[in-house]
Amino acid sequence: MTTTTTTPPSTVTPPSTPLLNRFRVPAGFALGAVLLLGIAPVALSDFRLSLLAKYLCYAIVAVGVSLAWGRGGLMVLGQGVFLGLGGYAMAMHLKLTDAAANGEKLPDFMQLYGSGDALPWWWKPFANPGFALAMTVLLPMAVAAVLGFLVFRRRVKGAYFAILSQALAAALSIWLVGQQATTGGTNGLTDIQGFFGYSLDDPVNQRMVYFVIAAVLLLLMALARQLFVSRYGELLVAVRDSEERVRFLGYNPANIKLVAYVVAAGMAGLAGALFVPAVGIISPALIGIVPSIGFVIGAAVGGRASLVGAVLGAVAVAWAQSTLSDEFPAAWTYLQGLLFVLAVGFLPGGLASLGVVLRRRRTRTGTPATGETA
Amino acid sequence: MTVVLNQSFTGISIGAVLLLIALGLTLTFGQMGVINMAHGEFIMAGAYTTYVLQKSISSAGVSLLVALPLAFLVAGAMGALLEWLLIRRLYTRPLDTLLVTWGVSLMLQQLARDVFGAPNVQTAAPDILTGNISAGSVTFANNRLFILGLALLCVLGLTLILRFTPLGRRIRAVVQNRDLAEVSGIATGQVDRITFFIGSGLAGVAGVALTLVGPIGPTMGTNYIVDAFLVVVVGGIGQLKGAVITAFALGVLQSVLEYSTTVSVAKVVVLVAIVAFLQWRPQGLYTLRTRSLA
Repeated sequence: MTTTTTTPPSTVTPPSTPLLNRFRVPAGFALGAVLLLGIAPVALSDFRLSLLAKYLCYAIVAVGVSLAWGRGGLMVLGQGVFLGLGGYAMAMHLKLTDAAANGEKLPDFMQLYGSGDALPWWWKPFANPGFALAMTVLLPMAVAAVLGFLVFRRRVKGAYFAILSQALAAALSIWLVGQQATTGGTNGLTDIQGFFGYSLDDPVNQRMVYFVIAAVLLLLMALARQLFVSRYGELLVAVRDSEERVRFLGYNPANIKLVAYVVAAGMAGLAGALFVPAVGIISPALIGIVPSIGFVIGAAVGGRASLVGAVLGAVAVAWAQSTLSDEFPAAWTYLQGLLFVLAVGFLPGGLASLGVVLRRRRTRTGTPATGETA
Repeated sequence: MTVVLNQSFTGISIGAVLLLIALGLTLTFGQMGVINMAHGEFIMAGAYTTYVLQKSISSAGVSLLVALPLAFLVAGAMGALLEWLLIRRLYTRPLDTLLVTWGVSLMLQQLARDVFGAPNVQTAAPDILTGNISAGSVTFANNRLFILGLALLCVLGLTLILRFTPLGRRIRAVVQNRDLAEVSGIATGQVDRITFFIGSGLAGVAGVALTLVGPIGPTMGTNYIVDAFLVVVVGGIGQLKGAVITAFALGVLQSVLEYSTTVSVAKVVVLVAIVAFLQWRPQGLYTLRTRSLA
């Protein structure tokens, strides 16, 4: 059998002076911080800023996708699961505090559909803010750790892994729909009013939520970048490109992949926890198969192996989705499909590699073309 | 006892539908490592073919009989076109085909919405398929028996083709060792296209069968595609007998679990069972023995 994992070339840093190179990353980071924390809040209206907050949550997921898929070659088609676990953990806590603030024992939807007036046992610990916050990250990481351990240990990989992770997304969303009395069913957990004592109706507090999300995104990007350039990051790319060689060198690829998968899951969980106050709802439709593929596609369009590319791609696709789908629903679906086909099929490095590809093409004119496929 | 038998029959009929869908997938997935997310839309194409035929031929029985071969051709042609336009350019990146075909599937769904409208449509089943046959205390719905027969017929036909025809020999050769097949003078590209045609055509046949048990809609394919992929993964890639056993096993497991718990819990338990199964046999039920490391 031929090798089945050829991956797009990781972003090539163009040769430049050492001084410039040294400040390139911090400068880019500072520029991002200024844009997100300084310019965007001033330039955008409250409404647009809250939309941007939602897109940035998707961008946080994309950071994890870039790590696991772009660098690790793990096609994570079930990131919605982890976003959902984090989101539901946070929403459960907020629903409980909302109910307590209104002097009720149960969240509103449970009074409608629930049987009896006792809180289900697994809801109870989420009344504690510390527990709920910890769970938003730990629960997704635990699920990813169990699944990843079982799957990678037995060297289930490639397409098998992609399908299993996708089936996980399907199973969770179907399960949530089925448990209407305790999870809100198809509607999900809606109408969340307070966020740790602050009313989410107040635009000022909405802006604060935006700042939190933007700061978390920047932090996680810094963390992911450190991982990328670390020894671990190099091993991860090595596993992606030639797992067997890494194994023969004495490393255990299963552990290396597991770390990437678990970290990506934790990031998605955190994104889910921040998604809830930003949007005010979490529901099975937001975490099923379709949105889960959407996370991967956003990263693919931008450039899976490039952190900035993946983040910008996620934001751009989410933005286009909500802007264009309202005005031209039919045309947008065609455009979306076409975009995926063209970006993934013919520009495997994503839009981030467009510059490199064009430059290579320009230098090649005149010289005989060599094998184009990488 | 009656309940057990009835549930088993329901399970077997669920399995038959899964099998029809998974047959095509296991061919394309097995031969080319291609995860074709648009496979669900080929099912949809088959179902809409039945719908259109029934609009033009009023007799439900005749239109169903005409629909079977026609849906095979329509879906097969779509598959071959997809292979020619996109998938053959992505052979070196099998995982990326998943995303690309997902894009195609989005476009096809929207196309169906534009042509046939967003709401689901129905076809009338021929009279002979609407009744029941009772054997003792167990009742068999005719339409489900028909689907079961159709699935078995497709398995039989595919097995015969793969085993006894020159085309089948070439397909098996490419599955076992593409490079060696190529140097032996087999036009692998052509074989790929024919395989894709047959695999997608079977999805069209599955679509015709599905019109007997459910509504026809633009997103009908997505409901089945994940389960069908799981069948392929558990059965072993490119293995017909693996797909047959797994499809029926998953169908029965699902229907028994649905009976004793709920639909949603059943889905979760089935997934857990599959992950546990892969601990035991990570390559699926049946594997192709090769010397490759993968």
